[in-house]
Amino acid sequence: MNAKTETNSKGTTRRNVMKAAAAGTGLALGSGVVQGFPTIWAQNLKNIKLIQVGGSYSAIIDIAKQATKDLGFQVEMQTADEVSLLNRLINEPRTIDIADIEYYFQNYLIGRNIIQPIPLSKYKWWDKTVPIFTKGEYPDGRKVSRQGTLPYKVQYLESRDAKTFAKHPTDLLSGVPTVFNADTLGIRPDLIHRPIEHWYELLNPEFKGRTAIVDVPSIGIMDAAMAIESRGDLKYGDKGNMTREEIDKTIAILTAAKKAGQFRAFWSTFDESVNLMASGEVVIQSMWSPAVTAVKSRGMSCYYVPLKEGYRAWASCIAPMAHLSGLKLDAAFEYINWYNSGWQGAFIARQGYYSSVPETARKFLTDDEWGYWYEGKPAQHDIKDPYGNLMEKAGRVRDGGSFWQRMGNVACWNTLMDEDRYMVRRWNEFVSA
Amino acid sequence: MSGWRRLAKLQPQIISWLEVGPLALILLLFFGVPMLIVLGVSFFDYGRVQMIPAFIFDNYIELFTSSLTLRLYLTTLKYVVIVWAVTLVIGFTVAYFLVFHVRSLLWQIGLFLLCTVPFWTSNIIRMISWIPFLGRHGVFNQALMAVGLIHQPLSFLLFSDFAVIVAYVHLNTLFMIVPIFNSMARIDPSLLEAASDAGAGRLRVVREIVLPLSKTGIALGSIFVITLVMGDFFVVKVMSGGQSSTVVSALSTEIASLQYPPAAASSVILVVIVALIVSAILRLVDVRKELTG
Repeated sequence: MNAKTETNSKGTTRRNVMKAAAAGTGLALGSGVVQGFPTIWAQNLKNIKLIQVGGSYSAIIDIAKQATKDLGFQVEMQTADEVSLLNRLINEPRTIDIADIEYYFQNYLIGRNIIQPIPLSKYKWWDKTVPIFTKGEYPDGRKVSRQGTLPYKVQYLESRDAKTFAKHPTDLLSGVPTVFNADTLGIRPDLIHRPIEHWYELLNPEFKGRTAIVDVPSIGIMDAAMAIESRGDLKYGDKGNMTREEIDKTIAILTAAKKAGQFRAFWSTFDESVNLMASGEVVIQSMWSPAVTAVKSRGMSCYYVPLKEGYRAWASCIAPMAHLSGLKLDAAFEYINWYNSGWQGAFIARQGYYSSVPETARKFLTDDEWGYWYEGKPAQHDIKDPYGNLMEKAGRVRDGGSFWQRMGNVACWNTLMDEDRYMVRRWNEFVSA
Repeated sequence: MSGWRRLAKLQPQIISWLEVGPLALILLLFFGVPMLIVLGVSFFDYGRVQMIPAFIFDNYIELFTSSLTLRLYLTTLKYVVIVWAVTLVIGFTVAYFLVFHVRSLLWQIGLFLLCTVPFWTSNIIRMISWIPFLGRHGVFNQALMAVGLIHQPLSFLLFSDFAVIVAYVHLNTLFMIVPIFNSMARIDPSLLEAASDAGAGRLRVVREIVLPLSKTGIALGSIFVITLVMGDFFVVKVMSGGQSSTVVSALSTEIASLQYPPAAASSVILVVIVALIVSAILRLVDVRKELTG
C-alpha cells in the first residue's frame, strides 16, 4: 500500500510536468515555471521510444504510427508468436517496454517481476470499460463463465509483488484490457447444406475426413471439450482446468475419432486454416475470425457460426514491463491511456475485434460501421477493413450478431491449465496416434 | 622464411594442430559446448515457466517408460527406411544414367545441373506446392477423374504418410544423386568394358562392379538422407496435416510449451541414435579410405 501511494504521487507530478512539456516550452515560459527544466523534459520525452511486443493481430504498425503522431514520443511495434513472446518476456524482458499479451499469460508472469501492474489512478478509462473485465459480469448482472482464464480472475492484484491474484477488485490492475473476441467454428455453408447449431457437429461422422482442429494444445483441447460436452459424452467440471481423468477421457475420445478418420488435418498457422477451408478440404473446423474473412475474400462462402453452447473467448491486455521507471514509465502510462482512447479501438473493430472501451472506439467509427460491428445491424454501405479493402457487402449482418449476442454467450476462455504439462504430453500422444 | 621451415621440420605436430585447429574450434564452440549445455539441462527439473537446476533422471525415466517414445521412433524410422530406399533407387539410377549412358561431358554437366533446378526455389515452396497438386480438388485428382480412372477423389494423396514420403523424396533425392554420381564418375570405364568383353551381362556388371565401387557415394548419400529425415518435423507437420508426428515434432511441441528439460533429454537420445546409425554406416563402408584412395 505504502509503495503504491509513493509511486502515485511521484508519477502524478511527473505527468503534470510532462503535460506542460508537451504543451510546449512557450507555455512553460509564459506560465513562469522555472526555465530550462521543462525544455529538458520535452527534449527527453522526444527521445523516448517504447517498444510494444505482441501478437500480429494486436501489435499493428499503424497503431504505433498514430500513437507516435499523437503523443510526441516514439512507439514501435514488434510482433511475435505466442511461444516466442512468452520466451522473450521471461528470458529477455529488457528488450520489451510494453507487453501485449493474452490474459492467460498472467498465470505465467505473476510474482516474477516481469511486468508491472497499473495503479487504477493512472488509468482513465476503467469506469467506461466493459464489465466483463471490471466485474466479471454482463451489464445485466449475470456472471460471465468462469471456465478458463476469465480476465476478471487475473485482473486485480493486492500489491506489486503479490503471488496470487486478488479475489476482489483492488486499485492495482495486472494489465489494461485491449482487444478481445469470441471464437467459434467456421463452416462452409455451401458444402454443408443444412444449419449447424451445436459444437458436436465437429465430431459428427457425417463430416468424416472433412473436419479440422487447431494444433495448439491449450486451445485445441478446449474446442474438443466443447464438442465432446455438447455431444453428451462427458460433463466437465471446468473445461478451462481439466483434471487428469478428464484429460484422459478427452484424449481417448479424440484418438478414437482420429483413428476413424474424422479429421482431415490439425492446423497450426493462420494460413493453413484459411487454405483448408478455401480449398474445400475441410467444411467445419476451429477457426479465428479474420481467417473466416480471408476465406470470404477469396469468394468462397464461409460462416463463423454461432452455436447453442456458446463461444470460446479470449482477451488481450497490455502492461508496462517491470524495468520501466521515471519518465519512460510515465510515457508508458500516457501511451496506455492513449491506446484505449478510441483510435486503436476503431482500427481493430474494422478487423472484427472488440475494444475494451467501446464508447471511445465509437467516436472513431461511422454510424454504419458501429451498427455493423457492434450492434448486429445490416450494413448500409460496403464494410471496409482498416486498409480500405472490402470486408462485407452492404446489407450483410455480422456472423453471430451484435456485441452482446456474441460476448454475452461465452462458454469458456483461453487458458493455461494446472495440469498443463500432463495435457501437452497426452496431446502429443493424440497427434501421433 | 627458413626459420618457419625449420619450425615446421622440427615440430610437424604443430603444423597438424594448426591445420586441425580452426575446424576443431568451430566444432567445439558451436557443437560441443551447446551439446554439453543440452546434456546438462536434460537432468534439470522444470516448473511452469522456469527450469530448476537439479540432477534428476525423471526426464529420461519419463522418456523411456512412455509408449509414446517408441511410437514416435517407429514412425520416424518408417519414414527414414522408406525414404532412404526410394531415394537410393532413384539416386543410383539417375547417377548411373548420367555417368555411363550420357557420353558427352557437356550433356552430362547440363543434365546434372537440371537435377538441381528445383533447388533454385526454397525448400518450403517446393514442399507447399504439392498441396494444391495432391488435394481432393487438386490437379492430380481432377486429372484422374477427367480420364475416368477414378470417380471419387482420392483423399489419401494429401495429409497422409504418402504425402509426407512424396515430399521427403522430392526434397532429398539430390543428396543421394550427388555423392553417388561422384563415386561413379571415378570408375574407370575400361573396367566395365573388360567385364562385358568377358561375357558379363549388364545387370551383373552393375551388381559386381558399379555397386561395390559406388559404395562410398551410397554411404555418404545415405548419411545425408537419413540425418535430414530424422531431424525434420516441418515436412511431417505440413504434409501430414499435423496428423503424424516424429521424434522432433514431439520435441518441438515440448519447446513450444516451455518444457525445455524433457525436450533436452529427448534430443540427447536422438543425437545418440543418429550417431549410432551414422557410425554403423561408416563401419560398413570406409569412406575415408575410398575418398583418398
